[in-house]
Amino acid sequence: MNPLESKQTYQQYVEQKSPNSPILKNCFNAFWVGGLICTLGQIISNICKERGFDIATSGTIVSIILIGIAAFLTGLNLFNKIGKFAGAGSLIPITGFANSIVSPAMEYKSEGYVMGVGGKMFTVAGPVLVFGISASILIGIIYMIFATESITLV
Amino acid sequence: MEIDWANVFEISSLLKCFIVGGLICVIGQILIDKTKLTPARILVIFVTTGAILGGLGIYQYLVDFAGAGATVPLTGFGYNLAKGAIEGVKQSGLIGAFTGGVKAAAGGIAAAVFFGYLAALISKPKMKKQ
Repeated sequence: MNPLESKQTYQQYVEQKSPNSPILKNCFNAFWVGGLICTLGQIISNICKERGFDIATSGTIVSIILIGIAAFLTGLNLFNKIGKFAGAGSLIPITGFANSIVSPAMEYKSEGYVMGVGGKMFTVAGPVLVFGISASILIGIIYMIFATESITLV
Repeated sequence: MEIDWANVFEISSLLKCFIVGGLICVIGQILIDKTKLTPARILVIFVTTGAILGGLGIYQYLVDFAGAGATVPLTGFGYNLAKGAIEGVKQSGLIGAFTGGVKAAAGGIAAAVFFGYLAALISKPKMKKQ
C-alpha cells in the first residue's frame, strides 16, 4: 500500500466528515480509543489479581504487556495508523511511550544498530525519563525534609 | 488457579476505567489541537504532572477510583515514580529517593527499552519520504 495514498484518502475523509469542528471529532476519537486501551489494561490487571498477584506487580505486568504490544504494532507500521485516527487516544496511554521509542529508532535504522537504533530510541523517551525521574527524586527529597503527611497526604 | 471471569469483567470498574482513561486522553487531545506543543512535550508534561499529583497524594484518589484508567496513561507513570520515591524514603531515607522511583517503574522502563529495540530491529524501513 502506498502511504501517501492512504494519507490523502484520510485527509479527504476528515474534511468530508468534519468540515467545521475537527477538534470535537478528535476528542471523541481520543476518548474512546484511550478509554479502550485503559480498559484493556484493567482487564489484564483484573486477571492478574485473580491469579493472586499484588497491585504493584499487576500494574507492572499491565505496563509490560501494553508496551510490548504497542512496540510491535509500531514496528509493523500499524500503530501510526491508529495514532492518526486516535491522536492523543493512543499517545497518552503508556502505548504512546513505547511508540515514541520505536518510531525514531526505525527511522534512523540506516545509521546503524548502535548509534542509529540504540541512540535514537531516546529522542522522545529520553526527556520523558529525565523529567519523570528527576521529579520523583525531588518529591522524595521534599518528602524526606518535611517528613509530614500534611504536605504530601500519603 | 481458577479464574472468576465475572470478577475480571466487572462492568462498573471497567466503565469507570474507560471514562477516566478516555477523559485524560481528551485533555491531551485538546493540548494537541489548541496549543503548538509537540507530542514529546505533551508526554513530558503528562509524566511530570502525574509525578507532582502523585507526590501530593491527589492522584492516589483517581487511582483508587479508576484503576487502570488512571495508571495506564502517562500520568500514571509519573505517579508510579513519585509513589516509589516516597516509599523508598520511608524505607531507607535519602538513598530511597534515588532508588525508589526507578525501582517502582523498572518493569515498564526495561520493557520499553527491550521491546522497543527488538521491534525496531524487526521493523521494515518506513517509506516516509516519497
